[in-house]
Amino acid sequence: MELTLNHYLVLSTILFAIGLIGVMRRKNLLMLFFATEILLNAVNIGFAAISHYRGDYTGQMFAFFIIAIAASEVAVGLGLLIVWYKRTGKIDLDQMTSMRG
Amino acid sequence: MFEAVAFYLFATLTIIMFTITVMTSQALYALTAMAAGMIFISAFFFILGADFLGAIQIIVYTGAVMALYAFGMMFFDTTRTLVEKRSNPRLVVVLGGLAAVLVVLIVLAPIVTTNINAHYPIDPSVGNSQAIGMVLFTKYLVPFELAAVMLLVAMIAGIVLAGKKMDKSLTLMADEEIALMHASSTQNTEEGAH
Amino acid sequence: MEIYLYIALFAPLVGSLFAGLFGASPKTVITGIVTSGLLFTSFISSAILLSFVMSGHTVHVEMMTWMAAGDLYIPFGFVVDQVSVTMMMVVSIVSTVVHIYSIGYMDHDKGFNRFFSYLSAFVFSMMVLVMSDNFLGLFIGWEGVGLCSWLLIGFWYHKESATWAANEAFIMNRIADLAMLIGIFMMYWSLGSLQYDVVFANIGNIPVEVVTWIGIFLFIGAMGKSAQFPLHTWLADAMEGPTPVSALIHAATMVTAGVYLVVRANPIYDLIPEVGLFIASLGAFVAMFAATMALVNRDMKRIIAYSTLSQLGYMFVAAGLGAYWVALFHLMAHAFFKALLFLGAGNVMHAMHDELDPFKMGGLKKSMKWTWILMTLASVALAGIYPLAGFFSKDLILEVAFVEQHYILYTVLLLTAGLTAFYSFRLVALIFHGNERHLEHGIHPHEAYNFVLFAMAPLGILAVIAGMAFKTPYYEMVTQLLPAIEYHIHNHTVFWIMTIGTQLFVILAIAYAYKKYAKAVKVDEKVESGFFYQLLYNQYFIPKIYDEVFSKPYLKLSKLAWKEIDLKIVDATVDGIANVIYRTGEKTHTMQDGNLSSMLRWMVIGLVVLLVLAVAFTAGYNVVNLRAM
Repeated sequence: MELTLNHYLVLSTILFAIGLIGVMRRKNLLMLFFATEILLNAVNIGFAAISHYRGDYTGQMFAFFIIAIAASEVAVGLGLLIVWYKRTGKIDLDQMTSMRG
Repeated sequence: MFEAVAFYLFATLTIIMFTITVMTSQALYALTAMAAGMIFISAFFFILGADFLGAIQIIVYTGAVMALYAFGMMFFDTTRTLVEKRSNPRLVVVLGGLAAVLVVLIVLAPIVTTNINAHYPIDPSVGNSQAIGMVLFTKYLVPFELAAVMLLVAMIAGIVLAGKKMDKSLTLMADEEIALMHASSTQNTEEGAH
Repeated sequence: MEIYLYIALFAPLVGSLFAGLFGASPKTVITGIVTSGLLFTSFISSAILLSFVMSGHTVHVEMMTWMAAGDLYIPFGFVVDQVSVTMMMVVSIVSTVVHIYSIGYMDHDKGFNRFFSYLSAFVFSMMVLVMSDNFLGLFIGWEGVGLCSWLLIGFWYHKESATWAANEAFIMNRIADLAMLIGIFMMYWSLGSLQYDVVFANIGNIPVEVVTWIGIFLFIGAMGKSAQFPLHTWLADAMEGPTPVSALIHAATMVTAGVYLVVRANPIYDLIPEVGLFIASLGAFVAMFAATMALVNRDMKRIIAYSTLSQLGYMFVAAGLGAYWVALFHLMAHAFFKALLFLGAGNVMHAMHDELDPFKMGGLKKSMKWTWILMTLASVALAGIYPLAGFFSKDLILEVAFVEQHYILYTVLLLTAGLTAFYSFRLVALIFHGNERHLEHGIHPHEAYNFVLFAMAPLGILAVIAGMAFKTPYYEMVTQLLPAIEYHIHNHTVFWIMTIGTQLFVILAIAYAYKKYAKAVKVDEKVESGFFYQLLYNQYFIPKIYDEVFSKPYLKLSKLAWKEIDLKIVDATVDGIANVIYRTGEKTHTMQDGNLSSMLRWMVIGLVVLLVLAVAFTAGYNVVNLRAM
């Protein structure tokens, strides 16, 4: 049984869907961050697989930069969360209603 | 054969771990499962021959990101059972599943994957790390530097946001007091300008 | 010689642009002087070209490519041949005189600079019209003079009647221009070119029905520009413009463009004598029709305008009967004395403080001696008394009709000649003789500036000698291009009887006019309330009929379209779209409940929709591609 690109892409898609469900399901902001990490990692698998099967480094480069972005996102996001928590004492998404139209 | 076995094994493990991350109501479980899932993902990178990426995955995610989350959890005191209001859980699953099915449809369609030429072909004679370095510091030098600046900015932002007015507990202050504090600080800067 | 052609053509444009620079500023005499000077340059160049053409040459230049697309190739080409040089001379002489005259006439007008800009632009357009070597260039000039005519009729735009008249003239011309454009299209369709020489060389090779239609459509265009029945009403109303404009545009040059077109297209009309006969008949009808309206009118400028209309009818008779050179000759002679007549009327108007009713004037020959002499000269020329210009050109048309054995046309034209003499001298008698009726209105007339009278003098001289001196050289020159047919009545007795009879008839008419109007004016109530008087006075009720038949139903239709179609369908549709969007917003604004979690869900829903679309389109694209393979 030979592994093909499609195996990896399907796996990537499944993980992405799990992340998506997490994004919709979670109300705790910290848990929401976890779900976004899953989304990013799912995409990384896809990039690495394409890079391998196409014999091209571009995919790995993208995965690399995505990791960098994920790290920055965590730093800034957690900083914002801390400020929010200091202000309200809660990190529940349902209580963030200042954007009501 | 070995590759296939490894793939299916780690695929199963990753899916299980991430499912736990998404579904559990224990924050600690979620964090642990997430860290494990990250490590399992690095296994795919090793299988695919992207050794450097795999190493980075373990170092950055499991080492740095997860540590940050752990500190964050301690700060927020979310080690207890999470209380979340669930609304319409079926819709969530249906939407996620539908998106997955559609993406699979697209990736399985034959037209997408043909006609792709390698810009930077993999050179088997040098190791993965070396090759990555060569590409990264030639073709992707500018994005690399930008990423570095971005990380620096993010670091400073994180410190400023989390560490600002550490001596004052914003939680215990009323909104008016905070506004007053802001007003005085701006006044100070204006006076400084004079 | 090309340099003279370009000078003659572009000097007026330069003048127009120069005056236009000062268009918004108050009166500066320099604009008038510069434009007049440039027009004089143009006149000198035309004269040099004339002497060149007289020696048997023509000038033909292609300035640059204008349109080149596929098989369509139309250059900016200009030709100076025997016909166009005649027109150039007429245009440049009359316009130079009118420009100088206008410096005096428009002296106190706020729009002095603007006026000269428009007037020179008109001359440029007219030059393009007569000098173009193809029908499209002619059409551009044609539209250009129409535009300038509109600008100048409505020059006093604060007067509602002036703007109304300007619009009327423009719209009437537009109707005719559409027909002309169709004619040009048909010509291009069947011949593949619009160059005069190509068209005229090949016009015999296409079916005669097509030629007939081309001729008819071109003539409809000419009818509009030359104000022939039924598109004649605009010309009398165009007298709302300043008098120099009436002299230049609505008497001497622009309105004769229709005649010029027929003359220029003579190879076409030679092939279709039936259309020519129709043109001649219509011309005779208009000559009579307009002359009768002029008999009773009480507006000095309108009387002269109707006279113009009548003379245009004469020209069309000649052109329609194939006597193109006669038509062009009358065009030239008429331009001189009619412009003179108008300019004289302008002097009178100034003296009378813009009073137009000749019944309120009288006895002006004392205070305005020179104007009186010039206007009398012009009227004598118009009436066709030997040896003035009108005799040679107008009586020639009568001879043409006689020689061609169209006796009905001849009779009509002869009667009209009598009417012409009568109304011309009715006007002269009312204005310059009899009691000084204007004194009752507290007006003290004064003669115009000397330089104005000087400017008019060349026209006066031309009105006297144009016929006698120019006929033979003109004939020799122009018949190199136009069919050379001599119109002679071979029987000497008949010739003398006719000539002397016509002269006597005209002189009798003049005498009657003097007798009736020169002493005291008696208003005859019985005649004035009579049916014929009312019919003529109301211009055969044609403006009223147009108003009832076209304008009012059109207004009703417009109102219907506005109230029923625009408000109830178009506006309703637009409002409906806006309402749908507004209501959608009303209903769906609950989506924006401020809950980030539900926003995330909406985002995912959007993603799913996009994915569905992507799959659907990819699948559809593949299916189509497979079918195509």
